[in-house]
Amino acid sequence: MQQNTCVSILRAAGLAVLGIALVGFAETASAGENPSGQQITIDNFSFAPATLTVKAGTEVTWVNHDDIPHTVVSEDQATFKSRALDTDEKFRFTFAKPGTYTYFCSLHPKMTAKVVVQ
Amino acid sequence: MVPPTDKILYDHNHDGIDRRGFLRCMAWAGTGAVCVLNGGVFTSYALGHGGEKGANIPKGELAFVQISDSHMGFDKPANSDVVATFQAAIDKINALPVAPEFILHTGDVTHLAKAAQFDNVEQILKSARTSDVFYVPGEHDFVGDDGQQFRERFGKGTQGAGWYSFEKKGVHFVGLVNVANLKAGGLGSLGAEQLEWMEKDVKHLKSSTPVVVFAHIPLWAVYPDWGWGTDDSAQALGYLKRFGSVTVLNGHIHQTMQKVEGNVTFHTACSTAFPQPKPGAAPSPGPMKVPAEQLRSLLGVTGVHYKKGQHTLAITDLSLG
Repeated sequence: MQQNTCVSILRAAGLAVLGIALVGFAETASAGENPSGQQITIDNFSFAPATLTVKAGTEVTWVNHDDIPHTVVSEDQATFKSRALDTDEKFRFTFAKPGTYTYFCSLHPKMTAKVVVQ
Repeated sequence: MVPPTDKILYDHNHDGIDRRGFLRCMAWAGTGAVCVLNGGVFTSYALGHGGEKGANIPKGELAFVQISDSHMGFDKPANSDVVATFQAAIDKINALPVAPEFILHTGDVTHLAKAAQFDNVEQILKSARTSDVFYVPGEHDFVGDDGQQFRERFGKGTQGAGWYSFEKKGVHFVGLVNVANLKAGGLGSLGAEQLEWMEKDVKHLKSSTPVVVFAHIPLWAVYPDWGWGTDDSAQALGYLKRFGSVTVLNGHIHQTMQKVEGNVTFHTACSTAFPQPKPGAAPSPGPMKVPAEQLRSLLGVTGVHYKKGQHTLAITDLSLG
């Protein structure tokens, strides 16, 4: 009957809404553990944060907000090495193995920072 | 008109910099006067008067121009037209009362070492009154290929990362590369191989031979916090201790700065692209935005004049506006 159909539709919709709410909550919770942890900003000839701690397997994104190009190069100059990033350009690297990765800008070598992978 | 003097009037910091003479010279800036640095003393002359007469330079004298940091390809608010300001610098050189024998470019020729940027610079330089141009690279010229393109275009006769020497009218010129193999946390670097070469290169020269060393990053500690210095320059300067006249010409810092230490005169040139802040005067050494009408007054070239028998070379900073 129509009424039963309406009720069942409403119940289904209600369950769906609850489901969506639960999923949304879960996503918020995981984002809350690591809010902007995967991004490093380059500005005023420095990397921020200077030390970033992430879990193994995390992809880190660097974005250059300076009006001069910078590079992102691991200290050993082999593990990761970006091309020159102009303003607003990005570089991404996934840290698979735990360890401390010191890196610098090969154009302005005084700019150093590190990523700690746990 | 300021009468020339033969001593430093005001050396409060005992560092060989004639600040009062410099300030007096700066007061003449924009009036058509030039400031000449000779042996650490600043003197100003109105253009057209003073010692620089006529287009032909007498025998035993040498005149050349240093340009630096053209950053061809830069396109940000600090200067949206580096092509125009580079052309203005060449026009300035072409209008000098004394014709330079050659041009020294102390690096950051390009902004990102792209072929089109190198092409652009070479094209504009065709309008210079002298076709003799000597280059040393800046770190921007090494982007992406460790200087391979730079050396292909400008590195004929150079060794290693691109160092070399040559002689002009009895003056010995040494072009050094201190932007290769930079290490994390470090400053500019010459490296063992280049230093070894330099020691041999100057070994058999008479101590009375004037020596001019040119390299991109300053060979003295202008401001290490901003990377304005070279880690192993002391060794290079050590090889030149016995010489009576040493002039070190650098770029990189996009402003003029000078220092006299014994027989060595250090001088940095302006950029033809954009100015940078004074040491520590801003959070970082990035491009400094100024009102449009002020830009050209902070860009410039440097004229250098050698007179045989004179102890030091005369250095003149010429702004573009």
